[in-house]
Amino acid sequence: MKYKDYYSILGVDRGADADEIKKAYRKLARKYHPDVSKETNAEEKFKEVAEAYETLRDPEKRAAFDQLGSFQPGQEFRPPPDWWKQFADTGPTFEDIDLADLFAGLTRGHARQGRGGKIPVPGEDYEVAVHVTLEQAFHGAEVDLDLTLPEYDDQGFPRRVPRKLKVRIPRGATDGQKLRVPGKGGKGLNGGRDGDLYLSIVLHPHSLFRVTGHDLYLDLPLAPWEAVLGTTVKMPTPGGPVNLKVPPGTRAGQQLRLAGRGLPKPHGAAGDLFAIVQVAVPTVLNERERGLFKQLAEGSTFNPRGHFESE
Amino acid sequence: MKIEVTEALWFDESREVSLAELAEACGISEAELNELVDCGVLAPIDPQANQWTFRSNCLVAARTAFRLCHDLDLDPHGLAVVVRLLERINDLERELRHLRAQMPGGSR
Repeated sequence: MKYKDYYSILGVDRGADADEIKKAYRKLARKYHPDVSKETNAEEKFKEVAEAYETLRDPEKRAAFDQLGSFQPGQEFRPPPDWWKQFADTGPTFEDIDLADLFAGLTRGHARQGRGGKIPVPGEDYEVAVHVTLEQAFHGAEVDLDLTLPEYDDQGFPRRVPRKLKVRIPRGATDGQKLRVPGKGGKGLNGGRDGDLYLSIVLHPHSLFRVTGHDLYLDLPLAPWEAVLGTTVKMPTPGGPVNLKVPPGTRAGQQLRLAGRGLPKPHGAAGDLFAIVQVAVPTVLNERERGLFKQLAEGSTFNPRGHFESE
Repeated sequence: MKIEVTEALWFDESREVSLAELAEACGISEAELNELVDCGVLAPIDPQANQWTFRSNCLVAARTAFRLCHDLDLDPHGLAVVVRLLERINDLERELRHLRAQMPGGSR
């Protein structure tokens, strides 16, 4: 098993007292707790810190950890021969145990022994982020999840086991959506119920559509004459292209709404698609185009800045 | 190896769950849930009712609150403040995403 130095993870001396350990943990927890932190790798960092604290806060486990000896972080090691006898009634039935699981197993073993029988322990719930594209969110999709979840042997020692899972994401799950997959979390122990898996949907940015809730926004560039005279344009939507009528006299910044063309909602309805009008201007003109614009400039009475003069 | 497909389920907001169901579903004791209600982190649909019921999306809120409370060693009042602030940040971020989506050529 690979060694982890719980003291250096918390940034305390080996001789630190309970108070110093608690203080160090609290400080790091405030910094890295995934629910409040925006640090990169906050979740991973917090897991490390919590694991170290779980062991060092408990005098019995701390003593057991100290007795393991001192190694370099990441170094392969085995507990000393009499270690098991002293701290655990039995060892795990497998070799590839993780240090965290070793200490978690000590508690479970004791809980089981202490109450004089096998008590049911419910499996843990897990939360995972699932990344989906806009197309997947629109149509619904089957996604593959690669998880590492603990399983337990007869002694109550956990072991991390990779698990592959195919999950159907219902159509219309949008960014930040939480979904529940019952019974697919950690396995229950001694007949306890299996934990649940909570999915948190993360939507990939799309090159055309910007998503807010179930509504979509899209820039719609128009030529000046299209905006003035009106036109019909072929608009991309997640469900396939549709024709959009642009009325004459459409201004830049105006939003044209395509009702129900956004992401589907859970109970039937759907969000809207908004096209934000932009008036695009040709930067390179040929002779004839330049002539026509000049003609327009000379013949037009339109003054877009009339309101400046009334000031 | 064939992998069966599992359905991911919505939190059906129209569905109501009892205190016992909520406790079972999020692995928190009923006493701890009572405390979350007391400090205003969880709201029953009708606080006057004999048997409290909750909207099923309370599940996520209860789990988050419990996690914060346990991991950060918060007392109920501290927890209530943290949860309120997190809700506000969430609302503000949603608002920000909404405004950004509406900006022509908007940042994604």
